Amino acid sequence: MPTPPPSVDDVLSGLRGRCGEFDTSTFRGQTRVVLPEPVAFEGLAWLKDQGFDLLVDVTCVDYLDYPGATHRYGLVYLLASTATNQRLTVRVFVDDPDPTVTSVVPLWAGANWLEREVWDLFGIRSVGHPDPRRLVMPEEFTAHPLRKDYPLQGRGERHNFPVITRDHS
Amino acid sequence: MAVMPSGAGGRIELPENVVVSRLDALANWCRKNSLWPMPFATACCGIELMATGASKHDLARFGAEVFRFSPRQCDLMIVAGRVVMKMLPVLQRIWQQMHEPKWCISMGACASTGGVFDTYAVVQGIDRFIPVDMYVPGCPPRPEQLIQAIIDLQDKIQREGTITGREFDTAGRQLRKRALVEVGGPGVIDASRNPVLQRELAAAAEGIPVRS
Repeated sequence: MPTPPPSVDDVLSGLRGRCGEFDTSTFRGQTRVVLPEPVAFEGLAWLKDQGFDLLVDVTCVDYLDYPGATHRYGLVYLLASTATNQRLTVRVFVDDPDPTVTSVVPLWAGANWLEREVWDLFGIRSVGHPDPRRLVMPEEFTAHPLRKDYPLQGRGERHNFPVITRDHS
Repeated sequence: MAVMPSGAGGRIELPENVVVSRLDALANWCRKNSLWPMPFATACCGIELMATGASKHDLARFGAEVFRFSPRQCDLMIVAGRVVMKMLPVLQRIWQQMHEPKWCISMGACASTGGVFDTYAVVQGIDRFIPVDMYVPGCPPRPEQLIQAIIDLQDKIQREGTITGREFDTAGRQLRKRALVEVGGPGVIDASRNPVLQRELAAAAEGIPVRS
């Protein structure tokens, strides 16, 4: 008989022992914890040691003008255990100015492009990232377009190109 | 049997298999029936473009079946799909690498106008940045529509073409196809890279009204 996986409550109580008190919630059997930013890296490292060896995704939500929101940005780390199929969502809230988190690339190499994407589209810096460039937008792009205060149609970037006519082509 | 007057006052008889024409018309006839498309296919219009080339619709019937993926070997660019701002310099570079004479078909709503993608990343019509000869409406257009555009382009080549390419000398024609920009908007547009915009800014400085 394989040993049964540790229950979610065991994981959460162990996490509280390392990171202090934090909020949790469940929705349709999925557990979500909200880690304070200063201890987020330590908590994620401990969760990886507990068997959450797969980082499914790193993404972000901008809560500008969101009813009841207390922070501007909420990062989302989706963890999974390939051994027990357990899943855990970790939220980390950060604020302007200079929203930063600690890079988790040392834990999961797959976070490299994910954190670059979060930097590119939301402008949240990952401290300690080995390659902190933009991922999808052009290098010369200056804004972070998925922020809610960025206009949907841009600030003219898509028009700022030389025009090639029949005369010079 | 065709008979032509000769300079010496006599008559020269031409054999039956000789046709007299203008050199321009001959060049146009050759060019229009051997278009080599450059498929710049970025989205679902590209699927219809492939269907156009495949056996059912068979673009070979119109002499344009030889799709080449090197711009050096092509004379018809078919832009099929939306073009994002990161790709526009690539599109312009490929267009400039094609040999003259060359033509461009803007296939579908996105390539022609940006379509539903009115966002920061999507170019709102490639004709703001490269010359376009033929527009194909549709989302995506059926292969029949693309074939009709190629037939219309063949008519245009036969009608307007010249062997030296004089029809491409269109300094004034492109003026109205300039990029839609906020004229003089601070920090938005680099006018030094845009000759058309510079011309309009100069016109505005002299009090000539600028078309908005």
